[in-house]
Amino acid sequence: MSAALLSVRDLRVEFATRQGPLIALDGVSFDIAPGEVLGVVGESGAGKTLTGLAIIGLLDPPSRIAGGEIRLDGERIDNLSPARMRVLRGRRIGMIFQDPLTSLNPLLRIGDQLTETILTHLSLTRRQARERAIAWLGEVGIPSPAKRIDGYPHEFSGGMRQRVVIALALCAEPALIIADEPTTALDVSVQAQIIAVLKKVTRVHGAAVMLITHDMGVIAEMADRVAVMYAGRIVEIGAIGDVARRPLHPYAMGLMAAIPTLEARAGRLAQIPGTMPRLSAIPRGCAFSPRCPRVFGRCEAERPPLIAVGERRAACWLYDAQAAPAAARAENSR
Amino acid sequence: MIAFVVRRVLASIGVMIAVGLIAFAMFRYVGDPINQMVGVETSVAERAQLREELGLNDPAIVQALRFLARAARFDFGVSYQFKQPVADLIGARMPATLELAFVASILSLAAGIPMGVYSALHRDSALSRLFQALSLIGISLPTFLTGILLITLFSVVLGWLPSFGRGDVVRLGPWWTTGFLTVSGLKSLVMPATTLALFQMTLIMRLVRAEMLEVLRADYIRFARARGLSESAIHFRHALKNTLVPVITIVGLQLGSIVAFSIITETVFAWPGMGQLFLQSIQNVDIPIMAAYLLFIAFMFVTINLVVDILYVSVDPRLRASLHGMHG
Repeated sequence: MSAALLSVRDLRVEFATRQGPLIALDGVSFDIAPGEVLGVVGESGAGKTLTGLAIIGLLDPPSRIAGGEIRLDGERIDNLSPARMRVLRGRRIGMIFQDPLTSLNPLLRIGDQLTETILTHLSLTRRQARERAIAWLGEVGIPSPAKRIDGYPHEFSGGMRQRVVIALALCAEPALIIADEPTTALDVSVQAQIIAVLKKVTRVHGAAVMLITHDMGVIAEMADRVAVMYAGRIVEIGAIGDVARRPLHPYAMGLMAAIPTLEARAGRLAQIPGTMPRLSAIPRGCAFSPRCPRVFGRCEAERPPLIAVGERRAACWLYDAQAAPAAARAENSR
Repeated sequence: MIAFVVRRVLASIGVMIAVGLIAFAMFRYVGDPINQMVGVETSVAERAQLREELGLNDPAIVQALRFLARAARFDFGVSYQFKQPVADLIGARMPATLELAFVASILSLAAGIPMGVYSALHRDSALSRLFQALSLIGISLPTFLTGILLITLFSVVLGWLPSFGRGDVVRLGPWWTTGFLTVSGLKSLVMPATTLALFQMTLIMRLVRAEMLEVLRADYIRFARARGLSESAIHFRHALKNTLVPVITIVGLQLGSIVAFSIITETVFAWPGMGQLFLQSIQNVDIPIMAAYLLFIAFMFVTINLVVDILYVSVDPRLRASLHGMHG
C-alpha cells in the first residue's frame, strides 16, 4: 500500500449557503492502489458521488473542496489550475456517469466523440485515432465496430451506449476510473454484462477503479476493497470479503443485513430504523449514533476517527479498546 | 428525406390555396371593386359592362378558381390606384424590402448569437450584464422610436447617414435593383437595417443564452468535461450545436416577420419597399395589391417553415432516423 495511485486525506467538501457553509464531506481518507478496485457504498446523499466529483475536479458551485488533499501518483491535484486539471481529466482520471442515455451527445457520431477525446490527449493522426476508436469499440463488445462507429447515440440500445461510455472514459488510458453507478440506469439483464465489460477492460489496461454504487451485488462482483460511507464520512473500509461477511461498524452491519438473499426469502427484509441526518443537522458525535442499536455515551459526545481493526478500519468507538493505540496511530499517520 | 420534402411541399401548397381563398374573399367583401375603379360620372350601363368584362357576374366558385389560377402565374390583376399590373408594382418594390430584411437578419444573427453565447459562458462578467441591459432596451424600445433616435443622431446632429430612401441603386437584370453596389446605397441601408435588426438581435441573444445555459447543465456536457475536452470544444462543438434546434425555429419565424412587418421601419425611413406600397394600398382600398401582398407574405412564411423543417433534419440525426422509419 505504500505506492498508492490515489491518496485522499481528510477531504472536506462544503456547500456555500445563505446560512453559512454546509459540510457535505468531512475527513474522508482512503487510498487506491494501482489496478485496484475500490467499491464505495452507502445510501443516497452519503457523499459517494461528491467524493468522485471532488477527485476529478468537477464539483459545481456552490460546492467546493474546503480542506484536505488529494494526491495522484504522489502529486497533489486538488489545488491545480483549471487548465492543468483539464489535461489530467480523461488522460489520468476518467469518470463514468450513471445514465448512458444522456451521457452521449445526441448530435455527434460516437466515432467523432471517441476520436475527439483520443486526439485531445494523445498525439496521433486522425486516421490513427479512428483506428484506435474502432479497436476500443470492439474491446467493449460493440459488434462490427468499423460499421457502428459512424452511428449516432440514438441508434444504440442502453447497454450498448453504456459500453460506448466505457470506451470513451478509457480511450486515453487513464490510470484511474471513477465509475458512478455505472449500471443503475440499466436493465438487470444488462447490468451483469456491463460489469463484466468494465472488469475486463480495466484489468486489461491496468486501470484502478473507484466503483460508486448502492448495489452490494455489483461490489461483490468486482471490488477488491470496499468503503462504506454515511453522512459524508467513511465509516468502514476494508477487504470486500471481510466487510461483507463480518462488518464491524453497526451501520455496515445494518447495510449488509438489508441485502436480500435467495435463501432468506421468507419474512421481511431487515431495515435500519430512522433516516440519514440532513447536512444541516449532523450530530456532534458519531453521525450514526441516533440510529445505532449499540450507541453509548461517548458516541454522542465525541466523533470517532477511523480505528484500525486488523486489516481494516472502522469509525466506531466500539473498537477503541480493542485496537492497540500504537498500531492505530501508525495506521493513521501512514 | 425526399418523401419528407415532397410531403411538406404538398402541405405548403394546401396552405397557399387556403390563403388564396381568403385573399379572394377580400375582393368580394371589402367594398365594390367597380366603385374603386371608375369615376363618379360613369353611367350605370358602363358599370354593368365593366362588371361583365371583369367576370364579376360569374358564380363565386368560378371567380375563386380563376383568381387562384391567375395567382399561381403571378397574375394578380391591375392595381385600382396605379392602373398597373400588381405583379410589376410588387416586383419593383420587392428588392428594396428583401435587401433590407437580408441585411437586418445577417446583422441580428451575427451579433445575437455571439452575444448570447458569451453571456451564457461568462454569466457574471460586466460585459454580459451590459448585454443583458442592452437587450432589455432593445426589446422594450418601439421600432419607430429607435429609428427616429438614429435619424436624430446620425442624420440631423452628425450628418453622417442619409435619413430617407435607398440612395443610388444599380439595376441587375430586368427585375432586381440593388443598393449594395453604391456607397450611398450602402450608407442608406445602415440605419434602417440596424433599426429592424435591434429587436431580433436581442431576441436571438436572449434565446441563445437561455438555451446554452440549459444545455451546459446536460449530462453529456459533464461527461465531455470529465474526458478533459477543451473548453472551446465543449462550448462550440458540444453545446452550441445542441442549442440550434430551438434557435432555428424562432429565427426562421422572425426572419419572416422581418420582411412582413418592416412596414414601420420602411415608413420611418421612407424606404421604397413593399411595406410602403402596402400602406398606400390600404389607404386607397387597393384590393389587388392587398391580396397579392397577403399571398406573398404567406408564401414567404410557408417557404421559411419548409426550410426550417429541412434544417432541423440536417441538424438533428434523431429526426433523420425517425424519417427513415427506424427505431428512434
